[in-house]
Amino acid sequence: MSEKEQVNLTRRNLLGGTAAAMAGLTIAPGIILVETAQAKPKDQPVTDAVRWGILININNCADDCTGCVDACQEENGWGKGSSDESKSRPDQKAQWIRKVKVTDRETGHAKTLPMMCQHCESPPCVDVCPTGASYKRIDGIVLVDKHICIGCRYCMMACPYKARSFIHETLTDQRSYAPRGQGTVESCTMCVHRVDDDQQPACVEACSSTFNSAMIFGDLNDPESKISKELARHGGVRIRADLGLNPGVRYQGIYG
Amino acid sequence: MYIFKLAILTLFLSVTSAQAEVPLPSISKGQGDSCVRATDDMRYNHMDYIQHHRDETMYRGIRTEQDSLKQCVTCHAVKDDDGGYINATDKRHFCSSCHSYASVKIDCFQCHTDTPRSTDIHEPLAQGQ
Ligand code: HEC
Ligand code: HEC
Ligand code: HEC
Repeated sequence: MSEKEQVNLTRRNLLGGTAAAMAGLTIAPGIILVETAQAKPKDQPVTDAVRWGILININNCADDCTGCVDACQEENGWGKGSSDESKSRPDQKAQWIRKVKVTDRETGHAKTLPMMCQHCESPPCVDVCPTGASYKRIDGIVLVDKHICIGCRYCMMACPYKARSFIHETLTDQRSYAPRGQGTVESCTMCVHRVDDDQQPACVEACSSTFNSAMIFGDLNDPESKISKELARHGGVRIRADLGLNPGVRYQGIYG
Repeated sequence: MYIFKLAILTLFLSVTSAQAEVPLPSISKGQGDSCVRATDDMRYNHMDYIQHHRDETMYRGIRTEQDSLKQCVTCHAVKDDDGGYINATDKRHFCSSCHSYASVKIDCFQCHTDTPRSTDIHEPLAQGQ
């Protein structure tokens, strides 16, 4: 890996990102290269022509449905998808995605939504990581390189979305494509192993095939993608947009 | 004493000289006819190949199979007498057979699976290249 391929996040970039976020929903200004990563051959690197994102319409998200959470657990082998982590307290256990209830205090209107790593354009977890283990892939997916993670958990504290977990105990029944282990931090990977294989993240697939079709996965840089068209037509908000992090996960149906 | 050992060794022709010291590891053969590269190259350089591939996958999303750790453990899987896969904690495991002899300790299998996985929902070995 060379320096160049690591995403260069400077203060300047962060400020630029903030301005873009404030300007509203401009997704990809300027020329857009429609180089679909969809058909990426296995030996080709990912490029910054794409930025992966997920749009969640919480009006379609049933309050009692945990389809996305179940699918993620099954896919990545945590929670119910695993027989490990038996010694950890519930609040210590891994949680890559969870259902959160949001209530409007004034009207009392309550709704649930799935919350996971928001795959920020300017991720605070990457800023604070002392080893460089926390990184943003060039196509916008925020990951932990567990090979160099020392388990300090600064990233967990820095994340405004509480999206990361720490593994406290020895694990044995990992999936071959989703290695996990004691002493390292983990979070939603946007199912990077599936995305590289031209598939959708497990949560999105489960939501659209079995449940309520509340989630759309796609390329935010491509104005012709379903997600970009939907964002252009009906809009979508970034949670805690005030932080200027420009998450790749957007929501519809939340206001203010 | 050395002469005496030598005498015994010559007597039992099937025994190699190293066995008088630490027994040589018995390394199981992988499936198929050949490894992903020349066997002697793999013996010397496998760690460089997989560690290089590791960064290629992590940062660049390159998912070729040749140097993938998943493929090593799948093709080099060893079964015990009951037909169950042997884990890396056991010296009969392909990687451990050699490493325990050479006193190499790797932490890879704390996270990576050390056997072909039945818990996987996807096939670990993709069909074809
Ligand atoms: C703390 C957990 C952890 C440890 C320990 C670990 N890895 Fe990984 N490794 C991962 C994760 C997570 C991935 C990313 C998987 C993906 O994106 O598909 C990965 C991916 C890889 C890949 C690319 C995918 C593949 O199967 O080819 C290689 C190669 C690899 N690791 C090699 C190693 C080697 C060699 C060691 C030991 C020296 C090691 N890893 C130790 C967590 C770990
Ligand atoms: C398609 C099956 C296959 C895959 C995949 C494979 N190997 Fe092999 N490997 C073999 C075979 C067969 C041999 C024995 C070749 C021989 O006898 O000349 C071998 C031999 C070896 C040897 C030498 C063992 C000895 O007896 O000294 C090493 C080391 C090795 N492999 C490491 C690896 C590593 C590391 C990987 C993953 C990058 C890997 N292999 C992937 C089939 C495979
Ligand atoms: C033919 C014997 C042999 C086999 C089989 C073998 N290794 Fe090794 N491996 C070695 C030796 C010897 C070293 C140490 C080389 C050194 O220190 O220079 C080593 C070192 C390593 C290292 C680097 C360790 C470090 O601390 O830097 C990794 C990673 C590794 N092996 C992975 C594997 C995996 C995975 C397998 C099984 C697929 C495997 N090896 C099978 C002999 C073997």
